[in-house]
Amino acid sequence: MSHQYQGVLDALTRVRGVQGAMFVAREDGLAIADALMEGVRGKALGALAASAFSRYAAVSRAIEAGAPRFFQLQCKKGVVLVVAAGGEVLVVVVADAAANIGLIRLEMLRAAEVFA
Amino acid sequence: MKGTRSVHAWTTAPLETFITESGARLVLLMNPAGQVHAQHGFTRAVDVMAAAALGAAIVSATREIGAMLKESTFSVLNHQGKRHGVFLSGFDGPLGRMVLLVIYGPETSLGLVQLFFDEFVIDLVEAGPSHEPSEPVLAADFERELNQSLAALFQV
Repeated sequence: MSHQYQGVLDALTRVRGVQGAMFVAREDGLAIADALMEGVRGKALGALAASAFSRYAAVSRAIEAGAPRFFQLQCKKGVVLVVAAGGEVLVVVVADAAANIGLIRLEMLRAAEVFA
Repeated sequence: MKGTRSVHAWTTAPLETFITESGARLVLLMNPAGQVHAQHGFTRAVDVMAAAALGAAIVSATREIGAMLKESTFSVLNHQGKRHGVFLSGFDGPLGRMVLLVIYGPETSLGLVQLFFDEFVIDLVEAGPSHEPSEPVLAADFERELNQSLAALFQV
């Protein structure tokens, strides 16, 4: 099963501008599988992305907007994208600021289907 | 930071940073014998003594299980409860082998605690005295040192 996850993540990292992709446990922020370029701190990315996603989930609950599906943190030098994959897993991607977000998101939604 | 008490002043800053960033509720820094170097969040000496003794016992038991499996050192143990998590990790610090016991709630996660634990160890090693040899804990000294530590930790 783990090689299936790895294959999906490897496909995600082939999108231009993607520096790394991970499956992260939503509750504790621990990595399930990852495909990261050298220099990307996977442990920090997974833990902090899961923490941020849970905070945004609280916001969306407060405004009765339903469960969050996707979030995008656009920074000066890069972007962090998170997609919920089922109730327990997150797909986390870190990419260049100029990367094609629409294409990456599409691939992330495909990757999330592994856990559907 | 309110609630953080240390026997060694150099442990305070790294510990406070760890607590702020990880969102931990209770923290105990000790040696594998249960001698406490610093604590955060405990209000009663008896709770510190109990937590230190239990933490040391877990470290000891896990080390023996590790030895049976031919694992050289105890590293990390996590217990995920319904409302709280317990994170217990051994590491090589400025005073030799050290142990950090962390109790955390649902406002943080194991991933964050682990992440900032790694940074805490780096900070502590940088802050601490270099190459200070660890001394064996003698039974004759233990009670006196325990009382001194508790006095420093609770300013009694």
